Amino acid sequence: MKDQIHQYLLLLGDNPLILGHRLSELCGHGPNLETDIALTNISLDLFGQVRHYFQYAVKLQGENKTEDDIAFLRYPHEYKNVLLTEQPNTDFAYVIARQFFFDAYHLPLLEQLMASRDKQIAAIAAKSIKEVKYHLRFSSEWVKRLGDGTGESRQRMQNAVDELWPYTNELFEVTPLEATMQEAGIGADLSLIKTSYIPLVTHVLQEATLAIPEVQFSHSGGKEGVHTEQMGYILAELQYMQRAYPNMSW
Amino acid sequence: MYSVKDPEIPVLSIMDMGVVREVEINDRKVLVRITPTYSGCPAMDMIGAEIKMALEEAGYDTTVELILSPAWTTDWLTENGRQQLEAYGIAAPLEESADKLALMGRSRQVKCPHCGSDHTKMVSQFGSTACKALFRCQDCLEPFDYFKCLK
Repeated sequence: MKDQIHQYLLLLGDNPLILGHRLSELCGHGPNLETDIALTNISLDLFGQVRHYFQYAVKLQGENKTEDDIAFLRYPHEYKNVLLTEQPNTDFAYVIARQFFFDAYHLPLLEQLMASRDKQIAAIAAKSIKEVKYHLRFSSEWVKRLGDGTGESRQRMQNAVDELWPYTNELFEVTPLEATMQEAGIGADLSLIKTSYIPLVTHVLQEATLAIPEVQFSHSGGKEGVHTEQMGYILAELQYMQRAYPNMSW
Repeated sequence: MYSVKDPEIPVLSIMDMGVVREVEINDRKVLVRITPTYSGCPAMDMIGAEIKMALEEAGYDTTVELILSPAWTTDWLTENGRQQLEAYGIAAPLEESADKLALMGRSRQVKCPHCGSDHTKMVSQFGSTACKALFRCQDCLEPFDYFKCLK
């Protein structure tokens, strides 16, 4: 069980790690000063949450390892983040759509994890949820502002929603590990999360005057370590310092 | 420990911030438990190191431990802390419902810490650090930080 909780912590931590990295790429490159600061603040919150998950993971493992070993020294197939989080910052509308879909899933996920039988996971969730409420408020307001904005912003927002939509179903696909964790009362029930995710996403897209995509096709594989081409580029940058200068620290 | 300040708000003592949750003193050994304001708050490592330095200077063998539960809330800011924030030019957090309205840009609730006017406008929900939002006073035209309510 200890090993499975360890694996589950990696599953929980890899999403904020990779999404946080994507957002950090925007530091100094945001469309304006306020959104630049907001996106990097969100990135910082996500990194803080990752640190809590990974610090707990190394504690459970009991070997002489650190959170950095988990973040920086795994191979691509060992990362369990969903494909949505690794998608690139194509334009600001993509950044917002990706963030909104993830936040709309992240908030109900943490609500459930607050009741986890594992006390440390529950504590991390109770801490993180306060931050994620702000993230969701930020991303849903921007979906509406861009969707219900000018012809250009609406078109871009719609393109981003259409393109990223097929990546959202993976959030709710139950892997054997998640099924075991849910049974043990430690992990979340993904079908329950979906029941609050769908009305929220529908409501915001409608308010944004955006069309809800009807595609049935969905991409998946991230949770099992099968990633898109994007992942290699992310890790090349994310891991560069630790690979080039092993064991370096600040 | 009152001498240890938040490195990002150097007037605010960590005791007034409410990040110090428990202290166990066993002869010359001290265990201090602190809790982060925000998960990613980069000041926590620094605060931990400064507590250790301050107490070891006073002759105590010190361990600092980070705890997450119960999670920090702006309710733990002391009255003294709130006054110091205002004097430093940061508007102190409002109550939760007023905070929500203010951050949605729907109400004039946040007072400018420079001139006291309530004719202020939110510029960004996220400010110079994770715990703050950015506002601007429409009367004296000064930008200022607002410490967001966290519950």
